[in-house]
Amino acid sequence: MKILVGYKRVVDYNVRIQVKSDGTGVVTDGVKLSANPFDDIALEEALRLREKGIAEEVVVVGIGPADLTAHLRNGLAMGANRAIHVTTTDAVQPLTAARAFLKLVEKEQPGLVLLGKQAIDDDANQTGQMLAALWDRPQATFASKVEIADGKATVTREVDAGLETIEVELPAVVTSDLRLNEPRFIKLPDIMKAKSKPIDVVELASLGVDSGDHLKTTHYAAPAKRSKGVMVKDAAELVAALKQKGLL
Amino acid sequence: MSKILVIAEHLDGKLNSSTARAVSAAVAVKPDAVDVLVLADNVATLAAEAAKIDGVSRVLTVERAENAHPLAAVLAPQIAKAAADYSHVFAPSTTFGKDVTPRVAALLGVAQVSDVMSVESAHTFKRPIYAGNAIVTVEAEPSHTVVATVRTASWPAASAGANSAPVEALALDVTLPSHTRYVGLQSGKSDRPDLQSASKVVSGGRGVGSKENFDIIFKLADKLGAAVGASRAAVDAGYVPSDLQVGQTGKIIAPELYMAIGISGAIQHLTGIKDAGTIVAINKDGEAPIFEIADFGLVGDLFKIIPELEQALG
Ligand SMILES: Cc1cc2nc3c(=O)[nH]c(=O)nc-3n(C[C@H](O)[C@H](O)[C@H](O)COP(=O)(O)OP(=O)(O)OC[C@H]3O[C@@H](n4cnc5c(N)ncnc54)[C@H](O)[C@@H]3O)c2cc1C
Ligand SMILES: Nc1ncnc2c1ncn2[C@@H]1O[C@H](COP(=O)(O)O)[C@@H](O)[C@H]1O
Repeated sequence: MKILVGYKRVVDYNVRIQVKSDGTGVVTDGVKLSANPFDDIALEEALRLREKGIAEEVVVVGIGPADLTAHLRNGLAMGANRAIHVTTTDAVQPLTAARAFLKLVEKEQPGLVLLGKQAIDDDANQTGQMLAALWDRPQATFASKVEIADGKATVTREVDAGLETIEVELPAVVTSDLRLNEPRFIKLPDIMKAKSKPIDVVELASLGVDSGDHLKTTHYAAPAKRSKGVMVKDAAELVAALKQKGLL
Repeated sequence: MSKILVIAEHLDGKLNSSTARAVSAAVAVKPDAVDVLVLADNVATLAAEAAKIDGVSRVLTVERAENAHPLAAVLAPQIAKAAADYSHVFAPSTTFGKDVTPRVAALLGVAQVSDVMSVESAHTFKRPIYAGNAIVTVEAEPSHTVVATVRTASWPAASAGANSAPVEALALDVTLPSHTRYVGLQSGKSDRPDLQSASKVVSGGRGVGSKENFDIIFKLADKLGAAVGASRAAVDAGYVPSDLQVGQTGKIIAPELYMAIGISGAIQHLTGIKDAGTIVAINKDGEAPIFEIADFGLVGDLFKIIPELEQALG
């Protein structure tokens, strides 16, 4: 079985996001970029399935500008066999990403597509579900456990009510939640090895996917700030303050 | 002319309050109609409940055995079909809505607006990105169906009682896939108030130290009649189940009172509570970032402070 893994590059989760004062975007110049944390988890899961002999090949996919190469090399250093770089200079919205993934799926015929449940830049939480719909295949989102046997995946999902288990026939789309696994660290020799692994480059337009914006973002604003309150000296003072506000 | 279809969320034969929150967002569009769609194996009581929500014009039902569990692959084609007569489809941005709605959008060939915080006009909305560190205004294509999920913490539940909207069974001619099967739900159900709708929440973090120690949080919550929440670190460490996680990737909540105990206040946690009325922080580290946003801060050891709090509460 082949596994396609979504491997998006985003602003690192430790960066304090600043909105530009003219409201045209967030500051990204000189800001640290990393793999979307959920995608590292998706990749780790794919690698473990390969190590268990369930998958033979793990392919990381990134859709984005020319300088995504170094990022995809990280995915290769972590252990992916090869990478596909879908190039575009436009920002990629989930519907476009899903349409591009569909084209790759038709060509590569994977048994499983593993994506992150959400990209921590747009926080959209859409691409996997959209791909599954366009592909007319099952989806198992927010996965915290994946077991594969007999052409099926049994997936435990983190839902609001608790842990839900569903069974889906393969091929299918699975999206990772945080507790699926803990991604491995990249070791220096692996970085060297990754240099000789192949990266296929295709233009988004050549896949027949238009990268036109579906949603227009017209303004960026900083969120309303909560102001710092007061420090109380002990439990009694806290209870008195809460009582005074009518909260107790 | 806009007509909005709101997808009802339910569990164990009860409507989730997220449905009435999504109705509030729909009403804010000032549409000609807000219809609620109930997909279930047993629709009667759910439909009756939905019909009472203020602002609802009609309740549409699809009763099928396949709709017993919320499987996105099964529900989405039905919703997409029902959406034909509507300008907008809204669902709550809960794990239910996040799972099914993008599948509906893709079937309709349109984009989705996730986590609507405010409605500026029928096609313009505000939503958070970067864990709520930026708020964007987005415009959906006016010639397309608007498919959106509603950030429940931003919207009060529409009140219920005065309304009695008509209920109509919908006959949808759709073949449903059999490639996805429900196996089971291990529910964290308890007698405590529900985390997503509770007016008071007491949350514990890594500072609580162990699963056994977490009893102290549960006890305090019970004394206050509060729901219990947790940080990701507390969930990852196995102190409590995952459905108690509050934050960017957990639940986004807006209780009147939120108490963060032994929680440092990472940005991903704060994003889940920024709409809370009053935030209380108890932490032994006076420099913890949680104090930057807390309305009342108390520096000290939680194992000493909580018993004192219980005593002061009487
Ligand atoms: C993609 C992504 C998504 C994430 N999503 C979420 C999310 O949804 N929700 C979430 O919570 N986190 C989330 N996180 C994790 C987040 O970054 C933090 O790691 C996490 O919130 C820390 O939890 P904590 O405050 O309990 O632990 P810590 O940061 O370890 O803080 C523990 C605190 O307890 C205090 N303490 C210790 N002992 C005591 C004592 N005896 N008395 C009083 N105080 C004490 C310490 O001073 C410290 O401030 C996410 C991270 C990533 C990368
Ligand atoms: N441009 C992209 N390149 C690679 N993967 C992507 C891209 N956009 C989305 N994805 C995948 O889809 C997941 C969900 O993204 P989103 O729907 O934007 O929250 C991500 O975690 C990735 O796995």
